[in-house]
Amino acid sequence: METAEVTRSSERTKVVRQAKKKNMRKAVTISLFTAPALIVYLVYVIYPILSTLNYSFYSWDGTSDKTFIGLDNYVQLFHDAVFWTSLTNNAWVVITSVFVQIPLGMIMALMLFAPIRGIRLFSSVYFLPFLMSTVAIGLLWVYMFDPINGIINQLINFLGFENVAWLSDENTALIAILLVVVWQFSPFYMILFKAAMVGIGEELYESAEIDGANSWQKFFHITFPLLMPTIVSSSILAIVGSLKAFDIFYIMTGGGPNHATELMGTYMFKQAFINFNMGYASAIAFIMFLIALVVTILIQVVDYNRKKKGAF
Amino acid sequence: MVQSLRKMPLYLIGLVLLIFTGYPFVYMISTSLKDQSTFFERPFAIFTSIEWGNYADVFQMGLTRYFLNSILVSVAAVVAVMLIAALASYPLSRMNFRFNRGLFLLFISGMMLPIHATLIPIFKLSQNMGLYDSLLALLGPYIAFSLPISIFILTQFMQEIPKSLEEAAKIDGCSHFGIFWRIILPMLTPALMTVFIYNFIHLWNEFIFALVLVSSPENMTLPLGLQDFYGEFSVNVPGLMAALTLASLPMLVVYLFSQEKVVKGLTGGAVKG
Repeated sequence: METAEVTRSSERTKVVRQAKKKNMRKAVTISLFTAPALIVYLVYVIYPILSTLNYSFYSWDGTSDKTFIGLDNYVQLFHDAVFWTSLTNNAWVVITSVFVQIPLGMIMALMLFAPIRGIRLFSSVYFLPFLMSTVAIGLLWVYMFDPINGIINQLINFLGFENVAWLSDENTALIAILLVVVWQFSPFYMILFKAAMVGIGEELYESAEIDGANSWQKFFHITFPLLMPTIVSSSILAIVGSLKAFDIFYIMTGGGPNHATELMGTYMFKQAFINFNMGYASAIAFIMFLIALVVTILIQVVDYNRKKKGAF
Repeated sequence: MVQSLRKMPLYLIGLVLLIFTGYPFVYMISTSLKDQSTFFERPFAIFTSIEWGNYADVFQMGLTRYFLNSILVSVAAVVAVMLIAALASYPLSRMNFRFNRGLFLLFISGMMLPIHATLIPIFKLSQNMGLYDSLLALLGPYIAFSLPISIFILTQFMQEIPKSLEEAAKIDGCSHFGIFWRIILPMLTPALMTVFIYNFIHLWNEFIFALVLVSSPENMTLPLGLQDFYGEFSVNVPGLMAALTLASLPMLVVYLFSQEKVVKGLTGGAVKG
């Protein structure tokens, strides 16, 4: 009796020990598999974000000693007209992305299903802009927008109108760059919509045809509702991408003329690496991070509620 | 007749979009083949003169160096990302543990992160590590910022692989690493291909880290080199167009030969299947 009890308890500790050992081994395995990714991620993503937050409380030129100034950078930022301009311009990029790029991408995708000849050529060429590097795109369009020799002004001249200074005119610079952004990214949304349209069953259209629906009715009652999930996910990608915009603006105007095309990104870059206001630039950078974070959370919440309602 | 008339608007829209998307390429290539005077005198002329001199100039300016740098750093980073992301995706997609979901979200959230939020600390870090102004300085951030999308693509793909395969291997005494290396990794090839294409193209075109972490011409990558050219070539438009054409050529050629793969790779996790 006594011995049986002892054996059982020792057996139990053995089992517990074995389970513990197994858990330990599992933990070690998981750590080993994730360690390389985690280390790189900690060093180049997590640490820098925290560090940016820290720098944003200092006045600092990047080399000499930092001076702690509390929230002064943020207070200054709040009263900085250029920062508000850049925020507004970022909003314009978001609006253009959602309301111009996405509809245009959808039209391009619809064209790929149109009953006309040469579809293969169309689809190959439509995608081309998305392959080119942003820097190359920026430089190409800088020359196309050139006030005198640019091909766009040559055309305007040819048609008998006055030259437009496009990128060096405060009134047209933003529109000109946004056109280029549309040119670059519409093909991306075209592909997303094309993939979604392929998935729509042919029989839906056939039965609609039997009911006597015309092309418009078919689009508004079948295609469009079924594309809704793609429209939502495209909008998410467009919003998140627009908040990060930098390259094309930096290349084409550097944020000028007179801040007309300034973005948070270009303004932060200038403050950090041209004016060496590293503390102030860190405050801008951290605001950019916060905006991206809030937008992402908002999108998640909206998406969660939408799915809970059972819509799509 | 009525049929083809009714299709006219469709052809018209198709054509307008064709010109909108395609003409800038025609302009770039045809201008790169003009000499200076033709460029000024006949801006609309397309492929009437073929002048290769601009390309020779561009090569003399050191474009080859930028090409090599870009290939080197992009390939090195992408290969590292493929391995690191595949390793991390294995437990994230196929093992139950307490922080699984949290860890996954931590990695994935990197996709929405503005690079600017990390720029100054990474700049300081590269100086402190003595890597500033070298290709090595780019490697770390390039790997880190390619991880989120790569882990996203790979975990999605790994979840689809049936569990029974590795259970059989486990019974045969295969370790987790053995399962990963001999069973999962070979099955992962299509997903790894997507990861490769997506990241390679993005890193090939990457600009802002290169702008901040590299300063001397011999260490510049292609996008940065192009921007440098712009300063030197600002009056020689055909010369710059030749540089832009050459810089875009690799992608265009790859696209021409494997459209499907490139399109799928470039849209990454956004398009399934």
